[in-house]
Amino acid sequence: MTTSRREFLKTSAALTGGLMMGMVLPESAISAGTLHTPNAWVHIADDNSITLLCARSEMGQGVYTSLPMLIAEELHVDLHSVKVQNAPPAAVYVNALLGAQITGGSTSVRDGWEKLRVAGAQVREMLISAAADEWKVDRGLLKADKGVVTGPNGKHATYGHLAAAASKLPVPEKVALKDPKDFKIVGKRTKRLDTAHKVNGSAQYGIDVKLPGMLYASLEQCPVIGGKVVSFDASAAKTMPGVVDVVQINDGVAVVAKSYWQAFTARKSLTVQWDEGPGAAIDHNTVLKSTRDAFDTIAALPIGKPVGDVAQAMQGAARTISAEYISPMQAHAPLEPMNFTADYRDGKITLIGSTQFQQGAQGAVAAALQLKPEDVSVQTTFLGGGFGRRLELDFIVQAAQISKAVNKPVKLVWSREDDMTHDFYRPLGVNQLQAGLDAQGNPVALHFKVASQSVTQRAFGLPKATFDPFMGEAAVAGYEIANTKHDLHIVDTGIRVGYWRAVSHNMNAFANESFIDELAAAAGKDPYAYRLSLLANKPRFANVLKLAAEKAGWGTPLPAGRARGIALMEGYDSYMAQVAEVSVDEKGVQVHRVTVAADVGHMINPDTVEAQIQSSVVFGMGAGLMQEITMENGRVKQTNYSNFPVVRMFHSPDVSIVLVPSTEKPGGIGEPATALVVPAIANAVFAATGKRVRKLPLTAKAIAQA
Amino acid sequence: MSTTFHVNGKAVHADAAQDTPLLWVIRDELGLTGTKFGCGAALCGACTVHVDGKPARSCQTPVGTVAGKKVATVESLSKDNSHPLQVAWIKHDVPQCGYCQSGQLMSAAALLAGNKNPSDSDIDNAMSGNICRCGTYPRVKAAIKDAASMMRQA
Repeated sequence: MTTSRREFLKTSAALTGGLMMGMVLPESAISAGTLHTPNAWVHIADDNSITLLCARSEMGQGVYTSLPMLIAEELHVDLHSVKVQNAPPAAVYVNALLGAQITGGSTSVRDGWEKLRVAGAQVREMLISAAADEWKVDRGLLKADKGVVTGPNGKHATYGHLAAAASKLPVPEKVALKDPKDFKIVGKRTKRLDTAHKVNGSAQYGIDVKLPGMLYASLEQCPVIGGKVVSFDASAAKTMPGVVDVVQINDGVAVVAKSYWQAFTARKSLTVQWDEGPGAAIDHNTVLKSTRDAFDTIAALPIGKPVGDVAQAMQGAARTISAEYISPMQAHAPLEPMNFTADYRDGKITLIGSTQFQQGAQGAVAAALQLKPEDVSVQTTFLGGGFGRRLELDFIVQAAQISKAVNKPVKLVWSREDDMTHDFYRPLGVNQLQAGLDAQGNPVALHFKVASQSVTQRAFGLPKATFDPFMGEAAVAGYEIANTKHDLHIVDTGIRVGYWRAVSHNMNAFANESFIDELAAAAGKDPYAYRLSLLANKPRFANVLKLAAEKAGWGTPLPAGRARGIALMEGYDSYMAQVAEVSVDEKGVQVHRVTVAADVGHMINPDTVEAQIQSSVVFGMGAGLMQEITMENGRVKQTNYSNFPVVRMFHSPDVSIVLVPSTEKPGGIGEPATALVVPAIANAVFAATGKRVRKLPLTAKAIAQA
Repeated sequence: MSTTFHVNGKAVHADAAQDTPLLWVIRDELGLTGTKFGCGAALCGACTVHVDGKPARSCQTPVGTVAGKKVATVESLSKDNSHPLQVAWIKHDVPQCGYCQSGQLMSAAALLAGNKNPSDSDIDNAMSGNICRCGTYPRVKAAIKDAASMMRQA
């Protein structure tokens, strides 16, 4: 799966153009004047300060700590001596798992695991060589530790002293890496390096950027996504306090003023005539219908290889069971609304803000403004949440177009309502599953079908009728069943869709893990034991399942009204099982406790692994229990956290976590628990009420109607 | 007409119109960007500040209404992270993306100002208006309890 994603996106990035760039240093690094560049990742200054150019955005997942840990381990320095700076767009920083400089897909550690340790080791060896040259001694007699190279007769020199000479040496191609058993930093619980900035208001997010002479913009967009301006009247807005200009761009009409509030206030007095376009006909019921129709109208693409003969096995089965599951559209709703700062002058532009996709920002703005990519610089701040929304470039291009139109630095800030109604939504998914059971209730055949919309078609131009690997995640479950077939039907419903934390794991794991629970119930067997019986040759799956069940006290008595549900999945090379403990009343589901067992391979920072699991459980719970995006006349009906509710502290369950020590290659951990908590809860609701809810979200109403 | 009030112990004069939300005056005019914009509707708590010691959603507080009053933002806790809440937040490594944390800290500070030994439900109630999309709630709760304990011993 990973290979096909990589190969696909490589091709795709080349086709869309503008993504391959030479190495450039951020301006701040150049102006420091004393930095030396042993390689593209590590800079050491004369004053001994060490900077990691971090090619991934910090959006909460801890990369500004985990990636420096990898460098520091091989550079033999204290982690706290490493500063982090976000890298500019450059080919050297491409994420090998995604084929572009993207932070997403739970890939940062998986991509950096070897690359950054090699980078640290290369610099270490170059510093040693520089010392050997200076002292005219055999480099085999030298060692580098704690920022100092030492040699015979008490000779020593700091990394800072050696950096200038080291940076002129060739980068060694082959370097020895530590045996993981000798790790001093990697694998240890480590405090995040960015926390201190995030408890006193000093961390800078995109929305906090301020440039000299900067103006503020608020953009009126068509209520129907994709609609265009026919005409507008800005006469009233232009007379309002602070308003500097009103300009039309591709996506709407922007009021530019001396303060955000003035721009936002004046925007309300605009009158805009829209051509709403074909999107005006979209309704969530038509989206559901066309997605469901796709099973009959659109040819199936195989997910993985079919095993055995499903049709024949179904015929021979003692009985067959079918079910349909529906996962609705979702908004990302990160707490920092979309915003970006652009400074266009003399045919060049500087872009500063919160983005998960530096190369994309550069390429898209270059194309929109007809600039050369090298004339578009991108600086990344902290991100106030991403979850996939900041892979999109719409708001960055808008800021650039507005800055160019007024020829001044501009910060574009969206309102929460802009954000909620102009997202790139998680597509609706419909899964239809059929199983054949033998006389004992064991599955002998499984036919899995999913219909949904391809984000990759929209975002990267994946040709139609081509398999989208981001739709088949977690479709093939771990269970050993003799005859299986998995089909993907890709439909275009007209919705502007986007990658949403855990992407297709969400719909596919909800379907698979609900369905296996239904099969266990049909067989009259315990859902944990039933799963385990299908994992005889799947040790990593079986292990996490057992650990979660043990830790959660599976099978032990619970207070009246409470019940447990279990679920199991592999995602991002991580294996995970969850047990949710819930109660249900007229107000809906209360989740008391979630137990997670995870085998994520080699861990860099176990504390971050736990934090990401806690985070994902809460994020997934919101989608599973309370959120959905609906549309009428092409307009998204949800506008703010009032009608798109999110999990708050009083909803938040106890999360207990078991981590499996492992020397397997690292798996991703930013996302999988998001998907898996939903079927764990749905299965617990079934255990508590006997009601099987197959259409999310699992509200009180949905349970009452099930 | 300018508005005169105190922010973090200093007298300030804001030129913005009286109906401008305090949030935007603090951020854009006074340059204190620790206070965050999240929803503009008092639903998320990212903009929480104290007005005369009480927690307030600055996105729904017209600057004209704080004339003569004392406003405190996250920057008032301490610059060197020595406030018990900051110490506890660091100890528990609470923040992920961090965007909501200024508001979380200010709601927690208001809670602890009146209750040095909050129960779980006291904490749930006091923090119910603060959204964290990263789901740091368990750590926020643990850090509040830890900070309360530090403050009781101080």
